[in-house]
Order: sequence, then C-alpha cells, then structure tokens
Amino acid sequence: MTAVPQPKPARAGFRIDLRLAAPLIALVALFILGALVNSAFLSTGNLTNVLTRSAFIAIIAVGATFVITAGGLDLSVGAMAAFVSGVMIIAMNWLMREFGAGWGTVVLGMLVGILVGAAAGLVNGLVITKGRIEAFIVTLGTMGIYRSLVTYLADGGTLSLNTQLRTVYRPVYYEGMLGIPWPLWVLSLVGAIGAMLLYFTRFGRYCFAIGSNEDVARYSAINIDRIKTLTYVLQGVCVAIACLIYVPRLGSASATTGLLWELEAITAVIIGGTALKGGYGRIGGSIIGAVTLALIGNIMNLSNMVSEYLNGAVQGLIIVAAVLLQRSIAARK
Amino acid sequence: MYGHKTNSVKPSADRNGGAETGMEQQGPTAVLAVAGVAKSFGPVQVLHHIGLQLAAGQVHAIIGENGAGKSTLMKILTGYHAPTEGQVLLDGRPIHLSGGPDGEALGIVLIHQEFNLAEHLTVEENIFLGRELTRGPFLDKARMRRLTRDWLDALECRVPATARVADLSVSDKQMVEIAKATSRSLRVLIMDEPTAVLTPTEAAALFRLIDRLKAQGVAIAYISHKLDEVKAVADQVTVLRDGRLVATRPAAELSQDDMAHLMVGRELADLYPPKAPPSADADILLDVEGLCVPGLVEDASFTLRRGEILGFAGLIGAGRTELVEGLVGLRPKTGRVRRAGRDVALTGPRQAAAQRIVYLTEDRKGKGLLLDMQMAPNVTLLALDRLSPGAFLDRKAEGAALDRAIATFDVRAGRRDIAVRALSGGNQQKLMLAKVMEIDPEIVIFDEPTRGIDIGTKQQIYHFIAQAAAQGRACIVISSELPEVIGLCHRVAVMRAGRLVGMLEGDHVNEGEIVRYATGLKSSDMKGAA
Repeated sequence: MTAVPQPKPARAGFRIDLRLAAPLIALVALFILGALVNSAFLSTGNLTNVLTRSAFIAIIAVGATFVITAGGLDLSVGAMAAFVSGVMIIAMNWLMREFGAGWGTVVLGMLVGILVGAAAGLVNGLVITKGRIEAFIVTLGTMGIYRSLVTYLADGGTLSLNTQLRTVYRPVYYEGMLGIPWPLWVLSLVGAIGAMLLYFTRFGRYCFAIGSNEDVARYSAINIDRIKTLTYVLQGVCVAIACLIYVPRLGSASATTGLLWELEAITAVIIGGTALKGGYGRIGGSIIGAVTLALIGNIMNLSNMVSEYLNGAVQGLIIVAAVLLQRSIAARK
Repeated sequence: MYGHKTNSVKPSADRNGGAETGMEQQGPTAVLAVAGVAKSFGPVQVLHHIGLQLAAGQVHAIIGENGAGKSTLMKILTGYHAPTEGQVLLDGRPIHLSGGPDGEALGIVLIHQEFNLAEHLTVEENIFLGRELTRGPFLDKARMRRLTRDWLDALECRVPATARVADLSVSDKQMVEIAKATSRSLRVLIMDEPTAVLTPTEAAALFRLIDRLKAQGVAIAYISHKLDEVKAVADQVTVLRDGRLVATRPAAELSQDDMAHLMVGRELADLYPPKAPPSADADILLDVEGLCVPGLVEDASFTLRRGEILGFAGLIGAGRTELVEGLVGLRPKTGRVRRAGRDVALTGPRQAAAQRIVYLTEDRKGKGLLLDMQMAPNVTLLALDRLSPGAFLDRKAEGAALDRAIATFDVRAGRRDIAVRALSGGNQQKLMLAKVMEIDPEIVIFDEPTRGIDIGTKQQIYHFIAQAAAQGRACIVISSELPEVIGLCHRVAVMRAGRLVGMLEGDHVNEGEIVRYATGLKSSDMKGAA
C-alpha cells in the first residue's frame, strides 16, 4: 500500500461539462446563423413550425437513446412508424363503425397504436436477446418486414383516415395549449419521463452498465435479456407516440411514411452526445440533436446559398463532425 | 493490409549477431539511463528524483508496490511520458522521445500486459506489421514465415506462424509479443510482469531467452511482483516506494525478504492471518456432487463448511475457473448442488446471488468492473435492488455503500468521482470485494484475488478473506500462487485436466503435495470425497 494518489485525468470535470454543453452550443450557433441568414427564421410561426415537425424524430430519438445506451441499435423505427400509423388508421376507420366519428374512436385507436408499437418493439427485443442475433441484423430484417406489411395493408397505395375522423383528430397536431402546439407538449412529457427512467431508476443504471460492458453486467447478476428487451419495447412505444401526433398531420400512411427516420433518429442521438457503442446516454442531448437536424433543414430552405436538395449531405456532414468532436473531447482527458 | 508497405527491414538477427561479437567486454555500460527524473501529474508528484542505469547485458529488476511509480518510470524510459524534471540518456546523450515508434526506432521496446497485437492478423503478419518484407511490389511471405519460425523457435514457442492471433491463448500471445520485440534491433527491452500469464514451462523458456538476450548485450528492465523470479533472473534490483528510489543493489546481496521489506517499509511477518479451520461439525453450506462442465470439468464433488477457506490449486487450464463458473451458472453444467442441505438450481449469477453465493472473477477489467464509470455505481451494481428497492435510485444509499467500501476495505482513490479505470489494480480488487460483500453473501468465491497486486495489498486481502470466514461465511479461493493457497486455505482441492484429483488437509497442505497432484504424479479417487 502506498499513499501516493493515483494520477487523475486532468480537468475531468471540464471534459464532462463540455460533452454535455457541446450539443447546446451547436444549437445556439445554429440559431444565430439562422437569424443572420433570414430574418423570417426567428419568427414565432417559423420556429413553432420547425420545432413541431422535429417532434416525431425527437420522440423516437428518446427511445433510441435507451437502445443505444444499452449497447443496441434499432434500424426498424422508420418502417415501424409506417406500420403503426397504418394499423392505427385501419383500426380507427374500423372502430368508427362501432363508436362513431368521435373522440372515443380516436382514443381507442391510439391505444391500438401504442400496443402495436410495443409489440413490434417486443419482437425486435426477443429475437435479439433470445435468438442471440446482432441487433443490426435483426432490425435490418424487421425494417423490411414492417415496411412491406404497410405496403401490403395499403395494397400498394395509401391508407387514409376517414375524413370525419380526420376533422376530430386534426387538432392534436395543429392546435395546442398556451400557444404551444400539442406535439411539443407530448415531446416534453416523453423527454421528462425518459430522463427520469434513464437517470433515476435501476432500469436506467442497468442500461448504462450493459452498454459499458455486458460481461460485467452478466457477472453482476443483472437480467440482461430482460433489460435489453425492455429498451426495444420502450423504443416501440416511443415510435407509437410519435405516430399519435404524426397521423393527424396528414391523415394517411403509405409505404413511404417514416422513410429514413431511423437514420435521423440515430443521427440525433449521436449529435446529442450518446456513445454509439453504448454505456453513455443523454436524453436531453438526443432531443437537442433532433431539433438541430430540423433547424439545419429549415435554415437551408430559408437561405439561397446552398440548395435544399443538399439537406441530406449536410446532415451527413453533421453526424461525422459530431462524432469527431466527441472524440476530440474524449481525447482531452 | 497488404502491398502498401514497401519499407523492408533487414531481419535483426544479423544485427544482434553483430552486437554479440562486439559485446565481449564485461564491464557494464549504461545503455539507457535516467538522471534526476521527477514526474508530476497536475499537483500530484508521482516520481521524486530518480536515477537509474540500465546496463548492457544485464537484467535490472524494478520492484515496488502498486502505485510506487514503476509504470510511470517505465513510461518515461520508453518515452510515453516526458519527465517533468531530469533527463533520459541513451548512450550518455539526452534524448527526447514521443511515444512508441520513436523508442522502437532507437531499439527501446516495451512489452506490457495489454497486448499490442492485431487480433485478426496472423502471427507472422503481426510480427512484420509496418515493416513487411517485400520482393518487388509483393510481400515476401516465404521469407517472413521462415524468420518468424526462427524467432518463435528461439522462444521454444510452438505456435504456427500462420495462426490467427485471436485464436491464441493469452500466454501464446505474450510469446508472440516477445518474439515481435526480439525480432527488432533490440537494445533495451522493458518487460512489465511478463510471467503473469505464463505457465511455469513457458516462464522457463522466457528466462532462457532472457539469458540469450543478455549474452547479446541487450539491457533488460524487468518489472515483476514475483520476488522469487526477480531473485532468479535479475543482476541488479531497484526498489521504488511512494515514488522514491529506496535502493539499487546487486540482486545477489538481497534476499526475497530484504526486497519485501524495502518495498513495504515495514515488517510483513503476518502476511497470512492465523488459520482458524472450522470445527468438524460446522454446517455444510454447500455440497457439490458430480459437477460436470461439458468438455472442461468432469465429475467434481466437494463440500464447503461454514467458516472454511477452501483453496483450488492446479496448473493454468486445469479447469478451476471453469468449475466455479459452472457452479454459479455462468457456464452450462450438470450435477447436483445442495445449498444448506437443499437442492438448488444455480442457473446464473442472479440465482446464485439469491442463494447468497457470489463469484469474484479473475478478470477484473473485463468482467468485474465498469472501468469508465465511477466507484459508487460499481460498488452498488450487484446489490442495486437491495439498496434501491423502490422504483428510483437511492443516491444516498449508494453514497453510503461507497463510504462502507472505503472504510471497510481501505479503497484509496484521490477522489470519489474518479473513473474506476484510474484506480490501481489493488484498489480495483478491493472495490470488487466491497461490491460483492454488499449483498451479504454466505459463500464467496475468489478467483485469483491477488493477481497483479502488490504485497501490502495482498496482505490486506488475505486478512479480508480470513475475516469473512471468521464471520461465518465460507470462502473458495482459486489461486495459481502456491504460497497463497498454502498460507491462507484450510483445505486445498487440486485439479488437473478438468478433474478434481486431490483434497489436501492439515499437514498435507504443502507445496510438494500440491505439485505432485497438479502434475499428475499422484492422484486419488475424489468421488464422494468430503
């Protein structure tokens, strides 16, 4: 034994702070850039619009934060969103015959959506854990399955919500409370519950532990299969919640619904500071990441400097830059 | 991987041969030296005014407890760290290195426990990595293979040159690492605990290689916790304590006891606590009958009494770890396990923990601790459902658990929020101990509890184990260090090739007996042994 203290990683506190603050700093920078590019950017109308549209990805990203923190990956969320939306629309149209075009039908349809989302997540989780197959492979498979199911249900076309129901349901996306649209209220709630689960419960701690080192978790008597499966169920529920506010926006679902949402969600999570290899996750960061992505698209639309057709390219650059930034921050320790 | 490296390197066998002829003179010349070296990390000074000379053709052992500054000194010697004060001298001239490639270009090579091998490449590809031999634009595979074979043969290593490194055992990987070092124009070889993962036969081969390197005029720095090895292999011994150089003396003048005293700075007479075997009528807490782990362990039966410390000895690969991993359900097994008289199905660590049985893995870093997380979440990971029975984490209870760990097990860390990775091996082991004790287990299985740990911390851990037994728990201790098994355990089970071949008690617990059973000179039918 010796009393010599271990060499400490220099400025450890600073490193953590920067990691937390980086996504926020990027967001603020974007706001300034946006304001400089076009004065319309800062108008309440524009900002509300952008934020509301970013809510889908942000809510899905909250679920993805759990999956990725626990060392997993879910590529099927976009297809799942299309599938859940489609089933929800079919269910609502069908329920309307029994319960009429009122809130009862809509609420029951929402419940069906949540159940379908949870079930779709459960399928992912069980195949990954019980089948001992890479999450990447499994969700690549279910991505194809869920999307082709929508195509099948829609008979290759579009599933549309009954117009009467659409009128009832429409305010869920387009109206709000205290001047704030409902999707943002939903996002706040999902974010708050997500943060609570990840940071303040045993489940959250186990997600961190499994993502850090699955062997250590196993030797520490953690029920790894159950925790991992739960993260996918949670992801499914988050996708379903996103669908609850997505369906009233257009009132329809087709094979192209939610296309590439999985990439946007994963990008949002990574920009937000969650480690793609697992073991470290930030709920708030993921939401900021989703908002950042939406703002970039918006700013590109408002400016004439870069074609909006290059939106995908810019998002691609951003994800690479975000990872580079994370690594350079990590290297400072 | 292939083709883009065109720099070819003359196989250093020639150069070493040249060095050999030039090394006829006996007087030791300092090849690499440090003078007045001090090193601080921020406000913490970890090395104070160290002067050290590595002479050609000599083995210079550097010993000291964990945290004494050995690794820092080693990193300064190889240029991974720059000294805060003082100089590193090569052939008497100050040099400034910046990390591995620089040092290796000057013939300074470090071999440490964390391997520096590309797992998916073959042995020969690893050895020639970055300096592949070529013929025209193509790799000269035949020549590389032949040279690799020569270097491996010199180490008496039977691994095929074409084997993938990922498929090798840990000890073979170490041999490849050493072969890689010796394949270069080597002037200074720095070895950190080289025998920690080697079997006695492999270690003997390594010592013969060290002799050959000495004859070739290579200066060798040898860092080890094993004092018997140091005594056998070293010409000079330098002892570090708390970042200061305590003594540099010829190995011939120092006994192992002297070295231990110099390292610790206090008497170590009571390295092992007094043995207090349980009475014959103590409760049987665990009764294992005919335990098989397919392909690894066959038909093992033993019992464990309250207050007992049962040792498991045997050569590496005898199946000791596999046996206990099977027992707690980390591996598939068959056989009967009775816990306090009742049959139990231990299908995994969770079921084992429910039966108050815990297993401390030998792989602290890979399976024991979350290295990037802080101490508190590590200490509470196993017992989290006890400490936070409600839906939410109880941070206060977690803090209290860490307080207990620090107080009971003397975990020493600069700060509470430090990442576990930054702790010394001894403190990590204590933290693991604290972690499993949080569920108040009745049966504790220790697997190599003191591997890579300094002697002072070892002593503490022995006392913790004895104390656990005295509190009415039962302990199983798997160890490859015979003195430890003999000094600590009440009974010793010896395993060989997956079988339990002997159960020693009382006066029979001695080195000769254990080795006879472990090597197959002696065997007894262990079926139904109590």
